[in-house]
Amino acid sequence: MTAKAHSDGATMQAQTGTHQYLTFLLAGEEYGVDILSVQEIRGCSSVTPIPNTPGYVLGVINLRGTVVPIVDLRKRFGLAAAEFGATTVFVVVRAIGLDRHRTMGMVVDAVSDVYNISPDEVKPAPDVGNAIDHDFVTGLATVDDKMMILLNIDRVMNSSVSEPLQTH
Amino acid sequence: MSSILAVDDSASMRKMVSFTLEQAGFEVVQASDGQEALRVAGEKAVDLVLTDVHMPGMDGIELIKALRALPDYRHTPILTLTTESSAEKKAQAKTAGATGWIVKPFTPDKLIGTIKMLLG
Amino acid sequence: MSMDLSEFLAVFFEECYEGLSAMEAGLLALDAGCTDAEAINTIFRAAHSIKGGSATFGLNEIPQFTHALETLLDQMRNGRCTVTRDAIDLLLESVDCLREMVDGTKAGTELNAKRIALVQRQLENMLSIGESASEPIASPAAKEHPSADKSNPSCWQIFFRPHAHMLQSGNDPYRLFRELATLGHLQVEADLSSLPSWVELKPESCYLAWKLWLEGELAREQILEIFQWVEGDCDLKVEKVEERADETQAQAESEVLGERQADIPNEVSSPSATGAKNERAGAGQNTGSIRVNIEKIDVLINLVGELVITQSMLNRFGEDFEQLHMNGLRDGLIQLTRNTRELQEAAMHIRMLPIGASFNRFPRLVRDLGNKLSKRVELSMSGENTELDKTVLEKISDPLVHLVRNALDHGIEAPEVRKAAGKPETGLLQLCAYHQGGNIVIEVKDDGAGLNKEKILRKAQEQGLVSASDTFSDEQVQNLIFQPGFSTAEKISDVSGRGVGMDVVRKNINDLGGHVQIRSEANKGTILTIRLPLTLAILEGQLVRIGTEIYVVPLTSIVESLQVEPTRVSSIAQRTGLYKLRDEYISIIRLAQVFHGHSHALDRGQLVVVEADNRRVGLAVEEMLGQQQVVIKSLETNFQPIRGVSGATILGDGRVALILDVPGLVQGCIDRSLTPIAA
Repeated sequence: MTAKAHSDGATMQAQTGTHQYLTFLLAGEEYGVDILSVQEIRGCSSVTPIPNTPGYVLGVINLRGTVVPIVDLRKRFGLAAAEFGATTVFVVVRAIGLDRHRTMGMVVDAVSDVYNISPDEVKPAPDVGNAIDHDFVTGLATVDDKMMILLNIDRVMNSSVSEPLQTH
Repeated sequence: MSSILAVDDSASMRKMVSFTLEQAGFEVVQASDGQEALRVAGEKAVDLVLTDVHMPGMDGIELIKALRALPDYRHTPILTLTTESSAEKKAQAKTAGATGWIVKPFTPDKLIGTIKMLLG
Repeated sequence: MSMDLSEFLAVFFEECYEGLSAMEAGLLALDAGCTDAEAINTIFRAAHSIKGGSATFGLNEIPQFTHALETLLDQMRNGRCTVTRDAIDLLLESVDCLREMVDGTKAGTELNAKRIALVQRQLENMLSIGESASEPIASPAAKEHPSADKSNPSCWQIFFRPHAHMLQSGNDPYRLFRELATLGHLQVEADLSSLPSWVELKPESCYLAWKLWLEGELAREQILEIFQWVEGDCDLKVEKVEERADETQAQAESEVLGERQADIPNEVSSPSATGAKNERAGAGQNTGSIRVNIEKIDVLINLVGELVITQSMLNRFGEDFEQLHMNGLRDGLIQLTRNTRELQEAAMHIRMLPIGASFNRFPRLVRDLGNKLSKRVELSMSGENTELDKTVLEKISDPLVHLVRNALDHGIEAPEVRKAAGKPETGLLQLCAYHQGGNIVIEVKDDGAGLNKEKILRKAQEQGLVSASDTFSDEQVQNLIFQPGFSTAEKISDVSGRGVGMDVVRKNINDLGGHVQIRSEANKGTILTIRLPLTLAILEGQLVRIGTEIYVVPLTSIVESLQVEPTRVSSIAQRTGLYKLRDEYISIIRLAQVFHGHSHALDRGQLVVVEADNRRVGLAVEEMLGQQQVVIKSLETNFQPIRGVSGATILGDGRVALILDVPGLVQGCIDRSLTPIAA
């Protein structure tokens, strides 16, 4: 992810309301996150597990001297677990929360592409029978005949940071 | 460029005086008490000395006496920075050999004007 | 004034606070019966400095108030006013009031005019009881040029004869004439009549006199003002000439301004670069210190942290290579390790301040509190120069205040009670600090009533913390006071004892990576011992392996470590593991179980015995690895606090290792089952 992509995205958004999204694959489905949230993409590295945290928090990694937590989105969304594959990467995002910003990473099966999606292309997600918490999804978009699930990454990540658990 | 030695145990006063005089084109060296002032004065002769009276260790009066004993400083203008209520101190300073005094609070213009007058 | 003085104001306010602290300390010392003139002088100087500085910076209310204060102090140091207890109390009150004024001025808020007026009146009363009037303070405006009679030009004749020694004060007649010339038209005539022969001539003496005529729109005061510095060093007569000087006089003049004494000019050597400007950290001390913005220090500390990581990374490679020609590399690495350690210690020390900065509030606090509680307490402090990290210092201050308040409120008894118990009526409270190992130890000792075991147990039972049938060691009972909501005060005074105290105190200390212990003996007294790490950025850790993961145990928590002897392992109800360590049984925490949900067989591993809050516990690990310094990385920055884990670090191989929070870990295991340790 280059700085240029960021600034292009910001400019475009300011001008037309169109967002750029980074899309990735997770259990055969396409998801998208606003590119302005994406800090970088890292290859998989060893993750240090942390006790007393939900199962979907894999642990933490060393990102150039900073300790960054990694969330397993499959587990977070209740999808079937899978081994890390050749294309599995960590997408590092900057999640904006009520109290502060957090740098966090998520495990995705593969990164797809970057798409421009304008607001009118986004349809609301039906709120019945959703596997994923409705709050996490900002909407659905169709690109190249593929359905894309647009994530509210701030909510996804910040909700992964819960109150310290009393028991393990 | 004329040089001035500013002696005061208050850093804020020293800074203010330095700043004011440097703006006016003088070179200023600082000392925070009498001992340091003597040392600095000994290293390099300045054209004028400005000193507070109440300082720990060697006070202004003692400093003036000590300066006047140095060959380079027999006739150097030495001014004390004093407040209204120290008529006694003014007299002591005079006896010790001070040239005169500047009363606190003083405006920067007054300070600069007085010094320029003394240094010609 | 066109100059912007705001940057100097910040320094000035700092100096005010330091001066006020010095005054307070000095006044409290006076209270103890010391009548040392130098001590009073110090207090006076501080007040004088504040007055002068605030006037110069144009903060007008402060000089007004400080003037009365300064005058009283002046009289005390001259012996014209006696140092009474009332006077000291009033002066202390004045210091408080002045501090409030400085706060208000700094923040730009309105000052408490009523309080200021009240205290000032009291000061003035005390002054009039003593000697007679202080000189009224002249407002800055009074030094303005007296309004001259500008409408009419006037002519003045001035007779000026300097005394022989006038030149020795650095006053130069020529300079005086220059000043006069700015007022109007000046003519000068020299009188050489007193010049002795060359043989008798003393170069530094003045033998000349002058007659001067000054014409212009000016008043007598203006002329006198010019001569004010040499008043007493000369004969001066100033007369107004009613008619203008006539032609004849004008002709007779010749300017003799060029005539100068040979020795007057000063030697002016060409100025070289200015000398070092020494800024002092404290008024009245020349410690050669410098103020630095703390963010700069933190940048430095972070860089040193990175260096430590890099160096340990390189060390790993150094260990792997065996070849001979790698010796140079190895030597280099040893050197690097030493350099890094020294640099890191130096960087750490920059952030350190003496604990006296925190201790110095206590004399006042103890005095006021003692008065309020009608108890007599003597405070003794030692080790004020012991240094610790600034952040730790700031965070330990409130807990310390709480402990001192507790000691005064609950510890030290009322004078009658003490007398009945055969103790001196004045209680003793001791604060001391010293370095031990890599820590700073702070002790709060009182010779009061001590902890009452029965009372505590009863209260704990009432609160449902323990059941009546349990037996406890003295240590365990004393530790009960650290439970939340615990307080045995019969009535809750507003001083302490609302029960929010001891558990918060302990938590604060633990959060800093420290420990607190309490030892008490009924009727003899209580000692609270606080142990804190010297730095928050780096810690000495013992690396341990549990499964595939590496964890760091802070060395300060470790009491000892040993190989597990299976025969010493036993259990209670098949659940809680116990280890027989010499004569006592300690609980075993299987970290693998706690962290990973599965455990290894105990007989294969090692036991790290740690101490937390007077309690010893054994941590079961698979393998002990090396000891090293680790740089503490926060988990909270991007994640959240985790129970049992105080932070993370990055090892030499780039992996993240978690740092154990020993007290939190122990407490967490206990929460689920408060099992008393059998004696």
